[in-house]
Amino acid sequence: MSSYPETVAGIATALAKGEFSSVEITRYFLDQIAAKDPRLNSYITVCEEYALAQATAADSLLATGRAGPLTGVPYAHKDIFCTKGIKTSCGSRMLDNFVAPYSATVSDRLDAASMVLLGKTNMDEFAMGSSNETSYFGPVTNPWREGTVPGGSSGGSAAAVAARLAPCATGTDTGGSIRQPASLCGICGLKPTYGRVSRFGMVAFASSLDQGGPMATTAQDLALILNVMAGFDERDSTSIERPDEDYARALETPISGLKIGIPKQFFNSELDADVSAQIDIARAELETMSATCIEIDLTNMDLSIPAYYVISSAECSSNLSRYDGVRFGHRCEDPSDLEDLYCRSRREGFGPETQRRILVGTYALSSGYYDAYYQKAQQIRRLIREDFQHAFADIDVILGPTSPSTAFNIGQKLNDPVAMYLSDIYTTAVNLAGLPAVSIPVGFSDNLPVGMQLIGNYFEEAKLLQVAHQYQNVTDWHRRSPPTTHSVT
Amino acid sequence: MAISDDEVRAIARLARISIEEQDIIVVSAELSQILEFVRQMDAVDTTNVEPLAHPLETDAHHREDKVLESNLRDTYQSCAPQVQDALYLVPKVIE
Repeated sequence: MSSYPETVAGIATALAKGEFSSVEITRYFLDQIAAKDPRLNSYITVCEEYALAQATAADSLLATGRAGPLTGVPYAHKDIFCTKGIKTSCGSRMLDNFVAPYSATVSDRLDAASMVLLGKTNMDEFAMGSSNETSYFGPVTNPWREGTVPGGSSGGSAAAVAARLAPCATGTDTGGSIRQPASLCGICGLKPTYGRVSRFGMVAFASSLDQGGPMATTAQDLALILNVMAGFDERDSTSIERPDEDYARALETPISGLKIGIPKQFFNSELDADVSAQIDIARAELETMSATCIEIDLTNMDLSIPAYYVISSAECSSNLSRYDGVRFGHRCEDPSDLEDLYCRSRREGFGPETQRRILVGTYALSSGYYDAYYQKAQQIRRLIREDFQHAFADIDVILGPTSPSTAFNIGQKLNDPVAMYLSDIYTTAVNLAGLPAVSIPVGFSDNLPVGMQLIGNYFEEAKLLQVAHQYQNVTDWHRRSPPTTHSVT
Repeated sequence: MAISDDEVRAIARLARISIEEQDIIVVSAELSQILEFVRQMDAVDTTNVEPLAHPLETDAHHREDKVLESNLRDTYQSCAPQVQDALYLVPKVIE
C-alpha cells in the first residue's frame, strides 16, 4: 500500500495542506501505471509529459492560494472524450489516428478545475460492449482476477480505478457502461440524469441515451467529481438548463424514513444466487438505518433490452455514418472510386460488433421495417418510463443488483451477442427513462466484487449519493482493493 | 425472423459497409438471431402509445443567431486524410 490517500477527497485535502505536491502524487500514479498497466491494459494513452506539466501548474495555484477544491488531483479520462492535441480513439481503429482538434466540454471543465489528466482509458469500441473485449486496443483484464472481464464499455476506467492506477475516472453510460464495469470491478460509478453532463465532444453512440459520469472508490468522490463534470452547456442542444448544484450537500444527512422500492423483476431467474444474497444483506443494512423497503412492479422491465438494442443501434447507425474516410479517421488504401472509399474504409475501420450494430440499426430504420422496430421500441420506451414514474410516486429510490453476475471470463460471451446484451438486463431501462443511477460495491461472490444499483428520480443524484455515502459510513466494501494493488514496485 | 442473404447485401449497401461474399452467411445468421430476440417486443400491445424519443421530452434549446467562434477550418482539417487548398480530396466522381 502506498502512503498516499486513496480517495479524491483525501488527496485533495492533503494537497491543500501541502502534505505532498501534485507533481509527487502524479509521478506516483504514472509509476504505478508503468509498473502494472502492461498486464491490465486499462490505458490506451498515458500522457506523462502533459500530466506533469498540468501538475506543475496546479502546484503553483496551490502555492499561491488560488486553488479550487480538486486542484492537482489526477484522473483518468475515458477515451471517448475529445482532448485537444491528444489522441481520442474511442477504442476503434477508425479513430486510431484521430488527434482531436478541440476538447469536449467535460475535458474543458476538468481542465478548468486544474485536475491532472493521467491518460485516456481503454473501452469497448465506440462504447458498444459490456466486457471491453470489442476494443481495437485489446481486452482489459479485471484487476480482481486475471482473465476475467472488467465489464464495459468503460472497462478501462473501472479497472484503472480498481487497481489504484488513478484515484478516479470519467465514464459514459448508454445502457450501463458506467455502472456495470463499476460493479464488476468493485468501485462506484454514477450515471447522471440525461442532460446533466454535456455531450459536446463526447463521441456519439446513441444520442438519446448517452450520458457521461464519474467513477471512483467512494460515493463522496463521485459527488466531488460530478460537481466538476455537470452543468448546462450551450453547445449541447440536449443539455438541461438548471442552476448548478452541490452534489455533496446531502452526504451527511441520515437516511431514516427513506422509502426504498424493490422491483420484483430485478430478482428474476437471470440473477446469480450469490449476487442476490449480497444485495439482500446490503438492503438489510439500509433497513437498520431506518429505511423501509416495499416491493414495486416495473411491468415492462423485461422488454428494456430489446427496446434498448433497437433504439441504440438505430441511433448508432445514424451517428456513425459520419465516418466516411473523407474528413477524419481511417481511410482505406487506393480506393477505386468514392463508393469503394466509403465501404472499405468503414469495413476496415470498424470492428465486428460495431458493424453488427450499424447493420441492425440500418435495418430497423429502413423503409418497411421502421414501424415494427424503431417505432415499436420507442413506444415501449414510453411504457418503461411510465412504470418508473408510477413507482416514484410512492418511493425515494429503487434498489437492486447492477449486473446479474460477477465478472465473467474473457471470451466467454464474445461470440454470442445476445448473451452479452443480457449482462445489461438491470441497467438499460434507466437509460431509456433518462434517470440517474449509481452502482456501489456491497460484497463479494467467490472473491469477485458484487455491485448494488440505486436508481433515483430525475435530478436526484444528491439523494442517491446520500444513500450510498450513508451506507459506506457503516460498511467497508468500498475500501477493499484487489490483492495486486497491495505491493508497490 | 430470418433475414435473407440478399437483405444483408441490401443493408450493407445502405450502411456503406462492404461485406465479403463468404461472410454473408455468418452475418445473416447473427442479424437473424438479434432481430428474433428484439421481436419479443411484439408481446406487448402498444396501440395508441405515443413513441418517446427524448427521455425528458424537452425541446432543444435555442441560442441567439450570432457568431460565437472564428473560422477554425484549418484546425478542423488538420485531422483529414487528404486536403488540398482547403478542399477534401476524394477519388474522381465525374469523368
